[in-house]
Amino acid sequence: MTSPIDGDLYQRVQDLYQNYGHAIDVDDLEAWPEFFTADARYCVIPRENHDRGLPAALIDCRGRPMLLDRVVALRTANIYNIHFDRHLVSPAVITGRDGDVLESRVNFTVMQTDQSGVTRLFAAGVSYDRIRVEEQRLRFLDRRLVLDTYGVPELLATPL
Amino acid sequence: MQDSDYIFREHDLDRFRWPDADYAHTPYRVFKDSAIYEREMEKVFRGPTWGYLALEAELPEAGSFKSVMLGNTPVVVSREEDGSFSAFVNRCAHRGATVVREEFGKADTHACIYHQWCYSSAGDLVGVPYRRGVSGKGGYPKDFKPAQHGLRKLHVESYKGLIFGSLQNEPGTLMAYLGPHIKEHLDRILVKPLKVLGYHRQRISANWKLYFENIKDPYHAGLLHMFAATFGTYRSTQEGYTLVSDGGGHSIVYSVMGTDDHDSVSEHYKDVKDKYQTDFQLNDGTLLQWTPDFDDGIGNLIISVFPNLVVQQILNTLATRQVRPLGPDGMELVWTFFGFEDDDDTLTDDRLRQLNLVGPAGYISMEDGEAIRLVQQAIQGETDATSFIQMGGLGPIVDADHVVTEVCTRGFWKQYAQTMEFAPREEGAPVPEKAHD
Repeated sequence: MTSPIDGDLYQRVQDLYQNYGHAIDVDDLEAWPEFFTADARYCVIPRENHDRGLPAALIDCRGRPMLLDRVVALRTANIYNIHFDRHLVSPAVITGRDGDVLESRVNFTVMQTDQSGVTRLFAAGVSYDRIRVEEQRLRFLDRRLVLDTYGVPELLATPL
Repeated sequence: MQDSDYIFREHDLDRFRWPDADYAHTPYRVFKDSAIYEREMEKVFRGPTWGYLALEAELPEAGSFKSVMLGNTPVVVSREEDGSFSAFVNRCAHRGATVVREEFGKADTHACIYHQWCYSSAGDLVGVPYRRGVSGKGGYPKDFKPAQHGLRKLHVESYKGLIFGSLQNEPGTLMAYLGPHIKEHLDRILVKPLKVLGYHRQRISANWKLYFENIKDPYHAGLLHMFAATFGTYRSTQEGYTLVSDGGGHSIVYSVMGTDDHDSVSEHYKDVKDKYQTDFQLNDGTLLQWTPDFDDGIGNLIISVFPNLVVQQILNTLATRQVRPLGPDGMELVWTFFGFEDDDDTLTDDRLRQLNLVGPAGYISMEDGEAIRLVQQAIQGETDATSFIQMGGLGPIVDADHVVTEVCTRGFWKQYAQTMEFAPREEGAPVPEKAHD
């Protein structure tokens, strides 16, 4: 089976995922909405809902303004456990291509560490994504993160 | 010191008594003591209470079932052929294995995997392999009667699509247990057949009672949840009401949107400036786009029923929350979101978009998990101290026409203490004999 994309483009996809996770892990939340197109959808849905065709999501941002609001709320309004994150993202599997839009899938885990330096598995799952290839950079058009860890440990504040 | 000064530090739980009859102080040890936890499972969750099990809408067909926890008792609730609902303890009558292993499903019968004892959806034993032995050898004694070996059944009653169960032998009616306030407010929001939209679950490192203290406490809501205060989905300055059941354990807190103004909010929030930020604007206002389901302006309603149910209406979001204790130090909270069967796509979409506000990741609810975790963390080493619960004053535990009160929290402790037989002793009543160690 041949990949629908060449090696250079595949490397750009890999960089997109790694840079995305890193931005959150170093608390550069302000950069997070920039990984998405203006009309993007970002959805974190419990696997039990996804598998049963139930629509309720944990986070469902429709468009970059809602992503920005999530960041502003986390920075100014919300109070949550003091922690830092570590994203571990598998190599991408490119599952399709339609012009300048790629379909891609990755597995993800997010480890969360508290102020005592104790690290716990916080989230595991798979993300079904669509990526728009732009001249300057790749951006997510759609991320649907299906959360295996839907018994959310404590709370879910910072993005996955 | 008098004996009564130390009675809530008493290790013999038959002698344990609440520190005061106003329930204005809660001994922290009730949040971490494993013997108290075991007593709760028996006296509260298997005692004279009705526990919330599921929505009827989750069990659409005959044979549909759902596995839940009532305290630490595993329970399966099912829809029967005649449309009624039944529930049994999910533990084989033979050797104790979990019979139903799935969270949800549909089945006419349930066979235990261990020795294939087979039960009807109502929990009656309908099949036992090798009952009369194999080739004339083995088998059960002649007096073995399958009818005596069914699964333990719960009493089951529904109201407005909510299914409740009781493990007590002779519970009173569900309606008598809920009382008129709860009925009135369930009647208000559960007006049509429901449609399940999905689930959130979260596991909080806090005792289950800390969650009840939290959701019964409107005092914190306008102070901890700055997002709610800023955007007016909930503020202490709004017209609001606090209703409490006769027994104290059930309550209703609600507030009416648009009933305060900028001047009064600024005045009353001046000491907590960072909680009310007038320059905080959403980039996308559709998050708070509210098409009221009802015409009374109530934007935030929290109904709680002792010992494991919360029903919410926050803007267009409708949900039950089931509290499942996980030992003294932890709990699972299961949110079941729903709309109405006849919702059009636009209304369903509004409900789904507003889920960003609620649940473990919600803008106006994520703080609760953190706040009660901080309590659990801080009380670990404490054996003597109590909390202080007097906002709104002391005295009778009755309704209030405002939300600056902890009266519902005192009500919760009243019903809890009475159910646990921890209520303060009447003046002059004898102290029970100390048990032998």
